[in-house]
Amino acid sequence: MASLDDLKKRIASVKSTQKITKAMKMVAAAKLRRAQESAEKGRPYSEKMNNIILNLSNGISDKDNAPKLLSGTGKDKIHLCVVMTSDRGLCGGFNSNIIKKAKNYFSKLSKEGKDLKIVTVGTKGYDQLKRIYAEKIIKNISFKSSKNANYFDAEKVSKIIIEKFEKEEFDVCTIFYNQFKNVITQIPKAQQIIPLIAERSDGIKSDDSYEFEPDEDEILNNLLPKNISTQIFKAMLENSASEQGSRMSAMDNATRNAGEMVDKLTIEYNRSRQAAITKELIEIISGAESL
Amino acid sequence: MSEEYKIEIVNPEKSFLIKEDVLEVVIPAFEGEMGILKDHIPIISFLKPGIIKIYSRSGEENYYVEDGIVEFKNNNLSILTSSIDNIKNMDKSKLQDLLKTAEEETMNSEISDQSKYLIDQKIDVLKSLN
Repeated sequence: MASLDDLKKRIASVKSTQKITKAMKMVAAAKLRRAQESAEKGRPYSEKMNNIILNLSNGISDKDNAPKLLSGTGKDKIHLCVVMTSDRGLCGGFNSNIIKKAKNYFSKLSKEGKDLKIVTVGTKGYDQLKRIYAEKIIKNISFKSSKNANYFDAEKVSKIIIEKFEKEEFDVCTIFYNQFKNVITQIPKAQQIIPLIAERSDGIKSDDSYEFEPDEDEILNNLLPKNISTQIFKAMLENSASEQGSRMSAMDNATRNAGEMVDKLTIEYNRSRQAAITKELIEIISGAESL
Repeated sequence: MSEEYKIEIVNPEKSFLIKEDVLEVVIPAFEGEMGILKDHIPIISFLKPGIIKIYSRSGEENYYVEDGIVEFKNNNLSILTSSIDNIKNMDKSKLQDLLKTAEEETMNSEISDQSKYLIDQKIDVLKSLN
């Protein structure tokens, strides 16, 4: 059995761990509020963008000459997967959930005999994926220095993707991220962005005829790259809200576990202290009796 | 009948401006400036660098934009842009900065004609503001 001194030290160390996790939870909660707010504020933009593109693609007359970002290269051979994770750990299953989803998708692709290329955003995803898919990862992007998700970073990612697409390095592009539902639930999502699969978010089918200036093709050519930045930015916002939410609940659990551990250790400490006292008393009494 | 309609300007981070009492908006569309009044036909267009002028019941407002998409439908004008600033909030030094970067870009000989055209537009607008 551990000595009294050892127990005392352990209690102190668990208590200080608890303090840290508690502080982390508090920080995550504050950051979560901000991240959630910006995720909600960012939604109108991506929804509007989506709707405009939908209206445009419905109105496009010549489907064969449609921009490649919309219609694809016509092949389905090389898949580019953009796996978006966080740069920091200690956030529960946040990163593992994305990785798990991505790995499932990867093995599905390889069964179908398709080529795979991976771009990772965020260091944690890179660390986990490089063990198995090291030769497939063509780029690792990290925004450790930027505090919050910002549009500028999203544009950088989309520029890289579009550049590779124009060099015909891949045919289909899918992004992986966590969608924020609430603090305890984040849903890992796979979203195909090239070729674009547009869905109406409001479920209304519109057949308004628009006037376009300049013509549809030119607008689409201009709009589609922007849409990719927007989608990536949306994913980044959702991701950062999810990360904070996930960290908050993980740290909450850790704090609670530490509390339970402290209780248990304190009981053990008191018991052994009492045992030591009793033992000493018995020794004294039996010593007195033998006189 | 009222002559007012609704304008909404959104940028990726947030909803930038919502106004319900707009009478006319002049936008720097790609193929020239365009004034939009109530009951304009549905239109989609995109913007070149320039100034958005909003005339509303509560007065006149001017915004500087660098790019964006405009959609007008059912008397709702939506402007999506990633770069917008109220001219009132732009001071001389910021204008100078923007002008300087734009002038540097135009020195770059590798840019396409279209982006050169856009940058030249930007320089013109910035100079007129200065």
